Amino acid sequence: MLKHITCTVCPMSCNVELTLGEDNEILSLTGNKCARGKAYATSEHLHPERTLTSIVKAKGGMHPVLPVRTNKPIPKDKLKEGMQVVSKVEAQAPIKMGDVIVADFLGLGVDLVATRDL
Amino acid sequence: MKQVHVDVAVIGGGPAGLAASLAARKEGAERVLIIERNTELGGILQQCIHHGFGLHRFKEELTGPEYAQRFIDFIKETDIEVMLETMVLEVTPERKIYAVNSESGMLEIHAKSIVLAMGCRERTRGALRIPGGRPAGVYSAGTAQRYVNIDGYVPGKKAVILGSGDIGLIMARRFTLEGAKVEAVVEVLPYAAGLTRNVVQCLEDYDIPLYLQSTVIEIHGNKRIEAVTIAQVDEKWNPIPGTERKIECDTLLLSVGLVPENELSSQAGVAIDPITNGPLVDDAMMTNLPGIFACGNVLHVHDLVDNVSKESERAGMYAGRYALGKSSEKARRIKVQAGENIRYVVPHEVSSEEPVEFFMRVQRPQDDVALDVGGLRRIRKTSVRPSEMLDVKITPEQLQSLEGDTLVIQIVEQ
Ligand code: SF4
Repeated sequence: MLKHITCTVCPMSCNVELTLGEDNEILSLTGNKCARGKAYATSEHLHPERTLTSIVKAKGGMHPVLPVRTNKPIPKDKLKEGMQVVSKVEAQAPIKMGDVIVADFLGLGVDLVATRDL
Repeated sequence: MKQVHVDVAVIGGGPAGLAASLAARKEGAERVLIIERNTELGGILQQCIHHGFGLHRFKEELTGPEYAQRFIDFIKETDIEVMLETMVLEVTPERKIYAVNSESGMLEIHAKSIVLAMGCRERTRGALRIPGGRPAGVYSAGTAQRYVNIDGYVPGKKAVILGSGDIGLIMARRFTLEGAKVEAVVEVLPYAAGLTRNVVQCLEDYDIPLYLQSTVIEIHGNKRIEAVTIAQVDEKWNPIPGTERKIECDTLLLSVGLVPENELSSQAGVAIDPITNGPLVDDAMMTNLPGIFACGNVLHVHDLVDNVSKESERAGMYAGRYALGKSSEKARRIKVQAGENIRYVVPHEVSSEEPVEFFMRVQRPQDDVALDVGGLRRIRKTSVRPSEMLDVKITPEQLQSLEGDTLVIQIVEQ
């Protein structure tokens, strides 16, 4: 099976083509112009990760919501589940940037942290 | 009227103003004042809650509020004065600023130097001339971003986004994460206007279709928008008959570009570059009006805040120096000219006494080329894109070896 991944490491935006075997393993990888592209496409295929950034409700601050992020990237397919948790959280001001709002987010070993003072 | 005397007055407390004021203070200017119309510092960064900021500056990926907070914390450690909720009404060539706030009423601020750091605003629908009614539900992407990320409410359930600028792409993801459906992103160009990374992480990740060489030709609905008609366009951006399709939506976001906010500058008599829509500046980031400097998105629209900070530190440093009476007339003036496939270059004029960093954009995408700086320096580029600003540093020694008084910056084939 063929799979295309656009490398986003640099502005060249190479279209990397992966040939996959029966078990989704990478048989060959072409189209990348450098080694960084190979590393990116490999990890993007095997375990794509994203940092989740959003807002949670906040009480007692100058704004009704507080921006938050996961302090490390999480598996891409956990984003939706993550948003369901995020939408139920309510933080209480005063808050400092970096304060943990949800510890061990989704049991993934990463924290959801505040990204500003409020 | 209340009179205020300062060394350096910085208009705008966004990333440009924050960096400029810190640099001016560091240079030795004693009274540095930031004038901000909003209720807090940080500017647009406060609503850019996604990450990807600061990779150059802090060697890590921060969100907009985190990037702003770091600078705000730096400011708090200094004696830089901040006036919030203060609106500047007028700037004069003699460096007087008329401003108003509810605490002091009218203020007359006398500054030895001024840094213009007002940022930019979004192009609006008026500038686009889309036919159809004027129903509710049409927002600029940045306005919608503010509603969602600062005020905490999502202004629609089914959206179409016109324009593939970065804010539009980012908002496509935000709407989707918040449970709204983004039906389409429509772009008139044959390629996405925003960064590829955003196309991948904001559209492809969520299976949001991107229609290139297409535009919105009609907006339907009376009170509230009900649908838009999109169509493909030819090379002259005229709709191609027979390609129309109607998409139901309750929201249309416009992400069609940013324009430097230069009403105050123009009124003061600052000369404006018709291409960047920002002031003409020299290598000290000084405008044609002595002692009035400009930096950040008011000067030209940046794509990386890291570059805004860098450029603004330069402006702040020279503004500080000017306020201290330490700047000197430059003996030699070199005009900077945008050559082949270069849309613009900032600064517009340089001396040969100071190291200088040029920022520029290309007109069209090209691969395997080189950036040639007046024959003084040549840098290979695997690719150049209009959406990615280029920058290059030149030393005084290199400038001194230039013959003539024009420096042409261009893209050359390898
Ligand atoms: S493969 Fe290499 S050259 Fe191509 S986009 Fe990725 S990092 Fe850039």
